[in-house]
Amino acid sequence: MSQETTVNQERLLEVRDLSIAFANGRSLLAAVDDIGFAVAAGETLALLGESGCGKSATALALLRLLPTAGRILGGEVSFAGRDLLRLPEAEMRGVRGGGMAMIFQEPATSLNPVLTVGRQLAEVLERHLGLAGQAIRARSLELLTAVGIADPERRLGEYPFQLSGGMKQRVMIAVALAGQPRLLIADEPTTALDVTIQAQILELLQRLQTERAMGMLLITHDLGVVAQMATRVGVMYAGEIVEEAPRAAFFASPRHPYTQKLFAALPDLARRGRRLETIPGQVPPLSAMPGGCRFAARCAHAWDRCRQEAPRWREVGPDHRVRCHLDDEPDRARSPGSEAVSTRATGPLAAPALLVVADLCVHFPIRRGILQRPVGYVRAVDGVSLELARGRTLALVGESGCGKTTVGKAILQLLPASGGSVRLLGQELVGQSRRELRPLRRRLQMIFQDPFASLNPRLAVGEIIGEGMRALAMPGTHPQRPERAAAIAAVLQQVGLDPAAAGRYPHEFSGGQRQRIAIARALAVQPDLVICDEPTSALDVSVQAQILNLLADLQADLGLAYLFITHNFAVVDHLAHAVAVMYLGRIVEQGTVDEVLRSPQHPYTRALLSAVPSPHLDAQPQFIRLPGEIPSPAHPPEGCHFHPRCRQASATCRERYPGTSTLSATHTVRCHLYR
Amino acid sequence: MAPVVLWSDALIWLLVLAASVLGWLSRRNPLLRAAWQRVGRNRAGMASATVLLVFVCIGLLDSLHYRPRLEEGAGRGAGSSNEKTAVYSVEVLSLLDFLLTPLRTRTEKTYSEPLATRAHAKESIKVRDADGQLRQSREYPRLKHGGAHLGADEAGRDADVAARLLRALGLAMLVWSALAAATAALLARRQNCSHRQAWRRIWHKESDLACNAVLATIAVLLLCGLPLAMLATDYHVFGTDKVGQDVLYQVLKSVRTALVIGLVTTLVMLPVAIFLGVVAGYFRGWVDDLIQYLYTTLSSIPGVLLIAAAVLMMQVLIDTHPQWFATAAERADLRLLALCFILGVTSWTGLCRLLRGETLKLRELEYIQAAQAFGVSDLRIIARHILPNLMHIVIIALVMDFSSLVLAEAVLSYVGIGVDPTMISFGTMINNARLELAREPMVWWSLAAAFVFMFTLVLAANLLADAVRDAFDPRLTGSA
Repeated sequence: MSQETTVNQERLLEVRDLSIAFANGRSLLAAVDDIGFAVAAGETLALLGESGCGKSATALALLRLLPTAGRILGGEVSFAGRDLLRLPEAEMRGVRGGGMAMIFQEPATSLNPVLTVGRQLAEVLERHLGLAGQAIRARSLELLTAVGIADPERRLGEYPFQLSGGMKQRVMIAVALAGQPRLLIADEPTTALDVTIQAQILELLQRLQTERAMGMLLITHDLGVVAQMATRVGVMYAGEIVEEAPRAAFFASPRHPYTQKLFAALPDLARRGRRLETIPGQVPPLSAMPGGCRFAARCAHAWDRCRQEAPRWREVGPDHRVRCHLDDEPDRARSPGSEAVSTRATGPLAAPALLVVADLCVHFPIRRGILQRPVGYVRAVDGVSLELARGRTLALVGESGCGKTTVGKAILQLLPASGGSVRLLGQELVGQSRRELRPLRRRLQMIFQDPFASLNPRLAVGEIIGEGMRALAMPGTHPQRPERAAAIAAVLQQVGLDPAAAGRYPHEFSGGQRQRIAIARALAVQPDLVICDEPTSALDVSVQAQILNLLADLQADLGLAYLFITHNFAVVDHLAHAVAVMYLGRIVEQGTVDEVLRSPQHPYTRALLSAVPSPHLDAQPQFIRLPGEIPSPAHPPEGCHFHPRCRQASATCRERYPGTSTLSATHTVRCHLYR
Repeated sequence: MAPVVLWSDALIWLLVLAASVLGWLSRRNPLLRAAWQRVGRNRAGMASATVLLVFVCIGLLDSLHYRPRLEEGAGRGAGSSNEKTAVYSVEVLSLLDFLLTPLRTRTEKTYSEPLATRAHAKESIKVRDADGQLRQSREYPRLKHGGAHLGADEAGRDADVAARLLRALGLAMLVWSALAAATAALLARRQNCSHRQAWRRIWHKESDLACNAVLATIAVLLLCGLPLAMLATDYHVFGTDKVGQDVLYQVLKSVRTALVIGLVTTLVMLPVAIFLGVVAGYFRGWVDDLIQYLYTTLSSIPGVLLIAAAVLMMQVLIDTHPQWFATAAERADLRLLALCFILGVTSWTGLCRLLRGETLKLRELEYIQAAQAFGVSDLRIIARHILPNLMHIVIIALVMDFSSLVLAEAVLSYVGIGVDPTMISFGTMINNARLELAREPMVWWSLAAAFVFMFTLVLAANLLADAVRDAFDPRLTGSA
């Protein structure tokens, strides 16, 4: 009896030899090639992989929801004993939602904006449970309570736009759970959310899974999320699963070179000040898959056999399989020599300040009525003071909506500041006319988040890079063409691109290369200060490592100062000298990296740090749960902005905003606890 | 003969020039070239482009005007004021008119059915009998030109038509085979392969250009066009209208009017729409408010009312200043241009609104902000970063608007505020034909011919618009 249950559990979902291809004109491009895995009830299988490796296509294929160009070429998907690929469409509809449910990445677009939350839940309940009338309402309330939504009665009648991002994702999970699925497919369920909200959602998913003994297929690119959630891990690369292991074995001894490289590419404290390991090259395109091992071209250990023969599965431990020739010939697995360690110049702490921001305010008026009179202000940035010296990196961290990007744009004078001052090399920037600003523009530049939106698709790379030189009439680059072409070639080489790239267009480049072009554009005018607005958040881990290395090299060579705007603490830890933590338009804690990250003082910093999922099994700190989400900067709470979410809040916190407390020469915090 | 350049002629040839400049620019810019190549691979698009090309050729032939020199004898009567100099006819003719001289000049008395040899209505005819007595009889009179070559042998008409059709069919096949062979030979030379391979590539959709669609369309056009041409030499293929003019001739002349309305109007509205839309979207603030008020006000006035008022005012102006125009053609042409202008003024709002929205989106993009961070001037940002990224919308709107404008002309002429009544257009043809629909037996051919030609033109334009939109829309083509 008990054995039978285990067998049944084993067979909740079993995928064998699944192949998926996308039709492109007359040819088929194989996106997923002969993959197989199984998910048992109560277990979480994490599919880990970089963008374009076919993990999302796999998830959609399980539900038979591939886009029109997608074709399932073969294989078997058996779910609870039935082969889903052979079911008629009518029965398949019962499986979707009733048997398997899916949570998507972007909560903002996965709910229908014109239907109330209650209506969207009722739809599933009617279809899969056959409920009606009061029963639906009762069940909906139950579901909303289960996903941790306060005041579910009211939320039932609300529309998605009235909910915050985290709440939308909770509703999405409630909708997914409504059909009482036995398997939950979560496709990057927290990628679009802030760390504190991500921690809440992950915790919720974990709780629901244990309560309902659901199987879960978690698709992610984040090793931290994997460490926190998975029971087993499958690593995908270029349409194949290359390694599959239980969580403990996976984190203790990853066997496939690709997995090892992924771990090595993660920025963290241990590698601070050193170069990150990168994976050279790129994922091969679908149209030109190599015949042998697909990772061979980027693998440090590869030899002839790897290029000719595709490796088969090999058991390397209990439940631990890997697809690599190395385990046949282990002597080849010697480390290919540790990379050159470049110790970054730490520089004197008291270098003269390059950028001094004092009490910067950016207020956006809220206009109402026929005459468009301002009735209030959104205080996006409300009194921010920063100091940054040449050759140093200051990280500005905070959750989305805290105003960190606005600070960057206000420093660049892309947004008019409402008050305060920004001084670059002693010269005031705020309130200057465009003409007066022009000579100073050369000194500070910006690198943007999305390398796909930051390059004009209609201009060739050379024109993109040359634009700044031309607009600022760079000294040394006379308008004569050959000289500027040489300057462009030089700057392209500096960021590690072929000078011939100048004649090509942005769409011919991958995300990482585009980001290099964006960096080259900023460097072309020889700035002193570069404002980096989440420059790696749209990139894969291995590419992120390349860009971080490049930024570190450029800082060492050119003495650049970076204002690094980010929400990724691992990157901060790796790269920054000083950190400022922002909450709702104000800096709540500021200090050197060690001070802020190692001994955080502000309750918000502590909560933020504890919410970051760590890609190690041992170092999982106790998660300090932050209730609620960031309030709107149009109506910040009275007193300390953070008090509604703070556990240590006292009466004083509700009454007035705390002043600055100095903890050491470099460490300041704004909290009543340190008066 | 003296060449005459009407205003609309000048504009049309200017458009041809602009199109060739655009084509030249597209060849140099790899992104645009890729987009046009996508159009080239689209079979429906290429088929409709072929049809449109035929229409455009007709229109261009009809846009080279001249005044023929009058014969000595006739000239004295017409232009007695200046006898010493050469005398030119007041009638302005075009190259197309010259080519279609038989069709233009061979007018009947009144209505006749397609391919008829006798008129549509009975008339009283005096016939002298064998006994020498004059007898009055009512019957269908013989046409002056339609089937005149048959003489008394009217019963032989069907056989004659069939023979001509057969000959035309044979000729069409011959011409088409020659064309297809030439295409294959060209492809073979360009791609360095055997003729057989080239032939296979054409028909198995393996060539870069949708040659098979073009060839098939040419086949259909030849199969329709050659029999028409064969029959038109001696018959009225589409019949004649109230004043006995050949309907085929009228239909062919209408093509130019439709093209002028469709193209010149966009020429009028395009600069306004682009300028105001981009300025409103880029600068926002009070500029945006002003432009928004302008186009909301304009688009809330009923278009037909505005057009009617403007056309009537124009008509009064033309009527009170007859001395401005040397010929009736010039007067009609000015009215046509005025109509284009008015249509343009009322139709820029839609495109302007689209462009404003797109500019609002673009100006927030990071590459624009990067340019602003370099201190690049606004004008340069608009020219380098915004305009090129709006071009796909402009091209799509251009082609889409064309067909709606052609239809608008027909509607306006139908209500009597369209082109000059002396100018042949689809609208005036339909307007003239509508009353005759009530006749018994019905006069249907005028309406049917206008309908079929206009339908073909608009359908081809719409299909091409679809193909162009698919090729240029960045969301449908991925990264470009």
